[in-house]
Amino acid sequence: MKLYFKYFAMQLRCQMQYKTSFVLTVIGQFISSFTAFLGVYFMFQKFYKVDDFTFPEVLLCFAVVLLSFSLAECFIRGFDTFSAIISNGEFDRILLRPRGLIFQVIASKIELTRIGRMLQAVLIFCYAIPNSGVFWSFDKIIVVLLMIIGGFITYTALFMIYASFCFFTTEGLEFMNVLTDGTREFGRYPLSIYGDGILRFFTYAVPIALFQYYPLLYLLGRTNNLLYAYCPLFCFLFLIPSLIFWRIGLRHYKSTGS
Amino acid sequence: MKKYFSFFRIRFISGLSYRAAAWSGVVTQFFWGTMLILSFQAFYRTDPASFTMDFSALCSYIWIQQAFLSLFTLWRLDNSIFTAIRNGDIAYELARPIGLYETWLSKDIASCTSSAFLRCIPVIILSSLLPAPYGLKLPTTVLAGGLFLISISLSILVVSSFRMLIYISTFHTLNPSGIRVIAVSFCDFLSGQIIPLPFFPDQVRSIVELTPFAAMQSSPFLIYNGTYTTEKALLMIGLQIFWVFMLLFLGKLWLSRSLHKVIVQGG
Amino acid sequence: MIELQNISKTYKVARRNAGGLQALKSLFHRNYTYIKALDQISFSIQDGEMVGYIGPNGAGKSSTIKIMSGILTPDSGTCKIDNLVPWKQRKTHVHNIGVVFGQRSQLWWDVPIIDSFELLRDIYEINPIRYRKNLEELTEMLFLTDILKTPARLLSLGQRMRCEIAASLLHDPKILFLDEPTIGLDAVSKLAVRDFIRHRNQVYHTTVILTTHDMQDIEALTERILLIGHGQILLDGPIETLKEHGSSVRKLHIDCHNLDFKPFPGLVMVDRHSASADFTLDTAISSVSDAINHLNRCAQIDDLSVTAATAEELVVSLYQEFAI
Repeated sequence: MKLYFKYFAMQLRCQMQYKTSFVLTVIGQFISSFTAFLGVYFMFQKFYKVDDFTFPEVLLCFAVVLLSFSLAECFIRGFDTFSAIISNGEFDRILLRPRGLIFQVIASKIELTRIGRMLQAVLIFCYAIPNSGVFWSFDKIIVVLLMIIGGFITYTALFMIYASFCFFTTEGLEFMNVLTDGTREFGRYPLSIYGDGILRFFTYAVPIALFQYYPLLYLLGRTNNLLYAYCPLFCFLFLIPSLIFWRIGLRHYKSTGS
Repeated sequence: MKKYFSFFRIRFISGLSYRAAAWSGVVTQFFWGTMLILSFQAFYRTDPASFTMDFSALCSYIWIQQAFLSLFTLWRLDNSIFTAIRNGDIAYELARPIGLYETWLSKDIASCTSSAFLRCIPVIILSSLLPAPYGLKLPTTVLAGGLFLISISLSILVVSSFRMLIYISTFHTLNPSGIRVIAVSFCDFLSGQIIPLPFFPDQVRSIVELTPFAAMQSSPFLIYNGTYTTEKALLMIGLQIFWVFMLLFLGKLWLSRSLHKVIVQGG
Repeated sequence: MIELQNISKTYKVARRNAGGLQALKSLFHRNYTYIKALDQISFSIQDGEMVGYIGPNGAGKSSTIKIMSGILTPDSGTCKIDNLVPWKQRKTHVHNIGVVFGQRSQLWWDVPIIDSFELLRDIYEINPIRYRKNLEELTEMLFLTDILKTPARLLSLGQRMRCEIAASLLHDPKILFLDEPTIGLDAVSKLAVRDFIRHRNQVYHTTVILTTHDMQDIEALTERILLIGHGQILLDGPIETLKEHGSSVRKLHIDCHNLDFKPFPGLVMVDRHSASADFTLDTAISSVSDAINHLNRCAQIDDLSVTAATAEELVVSLYQEFAI
């Protein structure tokens, strides 16, 4: 952990070398996710509701997904940009150092410009929390935190799966965007609106709904089932297949070195 | 014209050699389109009366958009042009007996049309096989189809000449990527990339329709799916023609000013 | 002690054909070729040796280095370095080795060199006292005092290479792998780097394994060379074997005019200018005097010199001999 902070301080110093660029990228991040918000806002200007969800209720969902995604993009950036780490030989360097590989990949890339997106998510929370009509008891605050943590873990696992594919090929990984960028975009709405098939897929195959939809139902008082409240914890299970993929990919890399 | 075709051929062949990329691009776009349609369907289910176009017309809009995605993504910029500006290689290009603006424009159009050409066919075929109302439908009339072809050709020119402004701005900014992200995300939104223009609030929409952004993907797609009447379609095509000339003129003027500055400064 | 036995490695490479139709076909079907990068490689290196590992591009040099440094797993064969298997006991093994890739950097680009060094100290868990001692010594030997506070991106290639070498020695590795350490350096930096490596080897008994295309590096540093080609070790011995191997080769330089060169056994024209020409002669085929007589008939010679071939030229003739 101490070493992680050393890496962190190093990244901070590197990024502060280019202050203007940093500020502009932060603003850019803020604005690019702002247009997504604007899209939702315009839709609700016309429709007021989608299925049974009101604008502030949808925004809760939006903010959870955006915040957990941008946290993962900020702190797990190494896996997100893994194809570059492989192709520029940085991964060979990582293999030459006496530390855990996953630790090094994570610690070597911390993308602080994602603060732009996080700020956006926080602002949306500020609007949605008082306006969503939720009675904010202590356990509901815990549930929101669990949602964010569960989301962070799920995106971490997804980035790791993406990275594991990079060991085999660096081309044609665009389809992984469906699960990362795609779920960030489509996760603005509770996943139930896309129908049962999609909801089931994002419950059992890729656990987006576990931190986004089911706990939301608990927050909004549509269910009192505590299982729904604590289901973000199941997201941790998603780390198991991603670690297995990582192992397989690593073995392949070490036997081809390409 | 010959220049364009040789660029096109090279890009097309190199695009083909990335087979996994081509396949996964198709899968991605198909999935993306499906999710978009499902989200609009939820709004349609909630309040059909407020839905400003036919649901099946919306599906056509989304499939056409997915099929031609690479024609209209503003961030798909040719890095070789940026590099040439930054490291001063344009000095060599200036020595050649061809117009810089024309070269860049044809390079840019070639790169986006070649990748769109490769990707649109499978998306179009797959999406037209879907059951109604989810699938891609043919335009309602032959006239609409003809107007669509005219309009989409014009919009390629609008987008490319708009991209030229982004390239040229590199002469004047120290940090092009930061500004680019900001500009591009707004332009994408205004051109109907995130939600089609008919879903914008009415006052906003009527202003946006006059801008070059509506002349990009929005006009041809709305002509295709029958949202625009023939009269409105002709009006929008007129606007597109206006913007093509305007953007070409501005771009050429700005480029010659910028080059002048570069030459005076000695690169 | 480094021991490699019967190490083999094969790569599978997708073949891409030119042309539009072929490219279209490859969307559905792809051919593969198998390339034997290493074929039953065996050698051993004692502690404190300095070995030059040479061979043309693609001969298998970097695959061997990668295997020895634990990045790559071979298909078959054994490799033991200080009784560790590099790719199995990675973390322990990498404490013992330092690796410099001439074309890649391990320094953080935007921060002062000293910050990179300090992070490396923490990564390798180097004892602070030892770290300070090593840093002082490396700074002095590699003339880093003035550049430690400079970000890596602002350094010249030569300065940066000196920092790279220092960075890979901070943790006192017993073995140092240098992959083209002098590539692109100016003459002064090359000499500094060579001097330092020699010093390190003499004082600390560090084992040095060096790959390079620069024969001056080899001559200046190594006592032993390993020549690899087509994935096999073709020559393993002291640098003198290389010289003996090419001892029959001489270089002829003539200043002349009206040159009309006709073929002669063993004599090859390698370069020609308006008033001079260079030849190599294999004296095992024709004697020097016969060759000079022949040249005299071909041109009006103003001046002539005969020299032994340099190591560089020997390697070229060696590559030709093994047809690699």
